[in-house]
Amino acid sequence: MTLQATTWQTVGPFFSIGLSRLYRDNLAAPCAAGERVNISGRILDGDAKPVPDGIIEIWQANSYGKYAHPEDVQDKPIEKEFSGFGRIATDIDGMFRFSTIKPGRVPGPDGPDGKPTLQAPHLAISILTRGLLRRLVTRMYFPGDPANTEDFVLGLVEEPRRQTLIAKKIEAPQGSLDWNVVLQGANETVFFAL
Amino acid sequence: MAAIKGYRRCAPGTQPPYLHPPYVSSAKRAPIARLIHLPHTLTEITGPVFGTEFCDVKASDLTRQHVGEPLGERIIVSGRVMDEDERPLRDTLIEIWQANSAGRYLHSNDQHNAPLDPNFTGCGHTLTDSEGRYRFVTIRPGEYPWTNTQNAWRAAHIHMSVFGPAFATRLVTQMFFPGDPLIPFDPIFNCTADEAARNRLISKFDWDTTIPLEALGYRFDIVLSGRESTPIEDNSHSHGARK
Repeated sequence: MTLQATTWQTVGPFFSIGLSRLYRDNLAAPCAAGERVNISGRILDGDAKPVPDGIIEIWQANSYGKYAHPEDVQDKPIEKEFSGFGRIATDIDGMFRFSTIKPGRVPGPDGPDGKPTLQAPHLAISILTRGLLRRLVTRMYFPGDPANTEDFVLGLVEEPRRQTLIAKKIEAPQGSLDWNVVLQGANETVFFAL
Repeated sequence: MAAIKGYRRCAPGTQPPYLHPPYVSSAKRAPIARLIHLPHTLTEITGPVFGTEFCDVKASDLTRQHVGEPLGERIIVSGRVMDEDERPLRDTLIEIWQANSAGRYLHSNDQHNAPLDPNFTGCGHTLTDSEGRYRFVTIRPGEYPWTNTQNAWRAAHIHMSVFGPAFATRLVTQMFFPGDPLIPFDPIFNCTADEAARNRLISKFDWDTTIPLEALGYRFDIVLSGRESTPIEDNSHSHGARK
């Protein structure tokens, strides 16, 4: 290693000028296979006030558990129309909303017995806001998925904080999930160091 | 699944903390709990791929997006995107945004009493070439006041967003200009403890890319996390974190 990674700086309040071109709140074309989910939530600060100048970026596998990326060499179908990328700005109430399909399971590290494991379905999330000097990284998992109990990343997090990574079902309309991102304080979302 | 080769973690002090009191807005938005160390998996070593279909070739010239030319000093901003082992990162999307030459952003929340320029949007993007090179034509952004503290001013800067090859390599940063007298007083620039690391955010004036009678050149290289040389042995199950 001869160089050092460039230092992060905040996106500031005016990021929409440069980043809105790739705003994408519908990650999956109608033809994408899998279970459609509509996810909404808010980004909240340490005073539980909405963060109206934030952005969330999503990276996910398709419903087969395959990433649209050359380093995913799994023998699973790629869908041309499904890139797995989303970018949504929060509105004046700190709300974000997006629609996608529930991803399939992707490989995790080998288990203690040396056998391959699978991760539970999840979205990788970057949070960028004014006031954040670098991104926050978190994950969103799906409520009630039996694979959650054996997911190794959820296993890194103690209860009750583990629950901050799992979205909540909303009764109506069907397929809707609620997931808030709390930047600071009592119900602070779990964030990861990459 | 073959063992995963992760990306390197940043060296201590070379990245900003979340809480940096001189930057007042960080006070209520910085997490308090310790971040949880996440071993890289297939999720983190993959990431969105943006091909030429996402790119408008004209978008790298911010001085030709309108009928007339923007006011201000025309400049060339160019450099290379590399990893920490100096390997060029090709076909990587760079998005930029900036204030106009009067220090005003084309944004409804920018209340700075300085004129907008009908010929300048302040938004551009490009893909790096096969050697990781990029090049923008733009105008030098103005310094501007902000409400962080009384009489606070931002040093002139251009925001840059880069994806790189993986979710783990995502970077958003700001490029500054050499000799800007506001740099020592800019709390955002100064948020990073490591002096050498933050000084690398200052571009270099460059004769080689300066165009005679036309535009001054500034070079700004961007470095993204490099690859671990050996596969991750980090086996979370053996850490027994689930209790």
